[in-house]
Amino acid sequence: MELMIESFPRLLNATLLTVELTLLSLFFGIFVGVFFAILRTSKSKILYYLSYYYSYVFRGTPLLVQIFIIYFGLGQVEWIRESFLWLVLKEPYSCAILAFTLNTGAYSSEIFRSAFETINKGVLEAAKGLGLNKINTFFKIKLPIAIKQSLPAYGNEMVLMLKGTSLASTVTLLDLTGVAKHIISTTFKPIEVFIVAGSIYLLMTFIIHNVIKILEKKYNY
Amino acid sequence: MKNIFKLFLSSIAALMIMFSNAQSDSIRIGTEGAYPPWNSKDASGNLIGFEVELAKELCAIMKHDCTIVEQDWDGMIPGLIMRKFDAIMAGMSITDERLKTINFSRGYADEVASLGVMKGSSLEGMDTPESINLSKGNSKVLKTLTAALAGKTVGVQTATIHQNFLESGDVGKINIRTYKTQDEVNLDLVAGRIDVALAAAVAFTDYAEKSGKPVVLVGPTFAGGAFGNGVGVGIRKDDTKLLKDFNRAIKTASKKGIISKLAIKHFGFDASM
Amino acid sequence: MEFLYFGNTGWGDELFFATLMTIAVAVTAIFIGFFLAAIFATFKLSKSKILNFVGNFYTTVFRGVPELLVIYLLFFGGSGAVMYVAKIFGYDGYIEVNAFLTGAISIGIISGAYSTEVFRGAIQSISEGQFEASKVLGLRKKIYYYKIIIPQMLRLALPNISNVWQITLKDTSLISVTGLVEIMRQSYIAAGSTRDPLFFYSFAAVLYLLLTFLSLKLFNKLEKNYSRGF
Repeated sequence: MELMIESFPRLLNATLLTVELTLLSLFFGIFVGVFFAILRTSKSKILYYLSYYYSYVFRGTPLLVQIFIIYFGLGQVEWIRESFLWLVLKEPYSCAILAFTLNTGAYSSEIFRSAFETINKGVLEAAKGLGLNKINTFFKIKLPIAIKQSLPAYGNEMVLMLKGTSLASTVTLLDLTGVAKHIISTTFKPIEVFIVAGSIYLLMTFIIHNVIKILEKKYNY
Repeated sequence: MKNIFKLFLSSIAALMIMFSNAQSDSIRIGTEGAYPPWNSKDASGNLIGFEVELAKELCAIMKHDCTIVEQDWDGMIPGLIMRKFDAIMAGMSITDERLKTINFSRGYADEVASLGVMKGSSLEGMDTPESINLSKGNSKVLKTLTAALAGKTVGVQTATIHQNFLESGDVGKINIRTYKTQDEVNLDLVAGRIDVALAAAVAFTDYAEKSGKPVVLVGPTFAGGAFGNGVGVGIRKDDTKLLKDFNRAIKTASKKGIISKLAIKHFGFDASM
Repeated sequence: MEFLYFGNTGWGDELFFATLMTIAVAVTAIFIGFFLAAIFATFKLSKSKILNFVGNFYTTVFRGVPELLVIYLLFFGGSGAVMYVAKIFGYDGYIEVNAFLTGAISIGIISGAYSTEVFRGAIQSISEGQFEASKVLGLRKKIYYYKIIIPQMLRLALPNISNVWQITLKDTSLISVTGLVEIMRQSYIAAGSTRDPLFFYSFAAVLYLLLTFLSLKLFNKLEKNYSRGF
């Protein structure tokens, strides 16, 4: 019990990094996801397959492998170290965000794609009939419908990403899992630390689920 | 809540026991396999290095069967306590802090720590004596180091004497990055993600030699104080018989020149104590 | 390419066996998961409030807490608990805890949380009428379970089981932190030894892609088999 109280501030402090990593990755991931979802609807074979294989590769391999390739793999290539890419790849923080963004982008692109696909043709024709141009149709009609459609699945993806950020601890970052592990391996008391760190994760999961519920209500018309 | 998890772990444990086998008489020695030249792995996945060979020699002297078990560094002491193995030979320095949890045999090799940088670093040519012993006063040298390291990112392997030293505040408040293995420290030093690293001096020289990368030592070599008193065999506190056996075997091996020979082979100099 | 030679000079044979290890852990884990799911899905559907709570607790915790944290709990806590339980039974010797089993159980517990939801959904989707019809027909409980409920459940659950399998397979990469030599661990060792992490981690990615690709094929075939006659 003492250890639980003692370690709580340290773990809470590390939670900040976990939240930061999750929010930033999800934020960038939405753009990547929408971008590749649109490519998937493209008539160009090249763009279609580019999107298809992107999502296939990132969904078919473990996140741990992805973050290791980006951090340890690319860091050893000399011409990368001499290029502008090094601005991102130099710091473990930005490497982690890059890996998480690409990962969640792949899953989100699938979620958004299937959401776009379910939009009723009749609705689009009605929009045309109303004289809306392409851009307006996309932002006023397609996007809101797609958002509503993809909310439940996207909520799950948010939870998966939150859990995924625990891998930041493998590239020297001290996120919630990283600090928890450090405390476990110095005190040899895994149960206590697990309960505290686990509860913090569960609380965040709970918040995500509720935010999604509120959004679902908002988009329910 | 705690009891739920205890019950949960215990039921898993019961399951594990059903499938596990009671252990034989041979001594199991834990090593990391990622700290060349002390211990590492070859392309067939076999453990090699100074300590692997020394372990075999010591076991031959003790007339014991030995098996060498691989264990990640950060689980080394927990592994010993949980009886995953009976002895640690993993470049582990004898320190007061570790002596609180486990016992050590007499030292079998001297380890000096040093800072490593890439050639051309601004830290090269630091004006310090060749070596310092932290058990004696060295405030002037530490001041020089504090000034030199200010604002630098220092890489270090987790749960090591080197990490303890950096975190002790002896060299001021610095930006420390901790890694799971020394290999990872070396990689990021070469990549330029960290400015400087702290580890056993031989860990850098061995890496420079084998990889051809211009990693060089700077500043003084460190010993004493937080750096402990040489490298010994880690043994559980209640295992007094094994401790005696190891002490006797190390004495014999040292007298016969076995340790010197192995040290010269792996380190390039005689590191026996 | 000489990195991948078989024999003493290359890592080909090591990586091959590591791939087999990944498959073995994943298969063992998913079956441990099924076993747990069968229990906890029943709990979740039971009328008892306590059993409901236990079922919900299990799925909430193990789907909401990072896999890595669960693995650390079992890795650091598991062997301690083994010693503890062994002592209760009066055995104070050394016990070798199998790394394979620790890994498979850790992943199995996580996998089981996902499977529980899949099983529960599948059972719920079988209409009440079916249960009643089989009762009217006078089928014995066992037969009605094996002939009516389970085949239907499997058909409904297969696409989701396929998803759980993919998650489980990828999660096995995380037990590399406990020292079990599967694909990720072997690549890590090889990367350290050859100082070429990019090559070995990329190769690991290819191996995982191959495994996910092949298992998708297999599941598609199974789905075709089970949907016959519907």
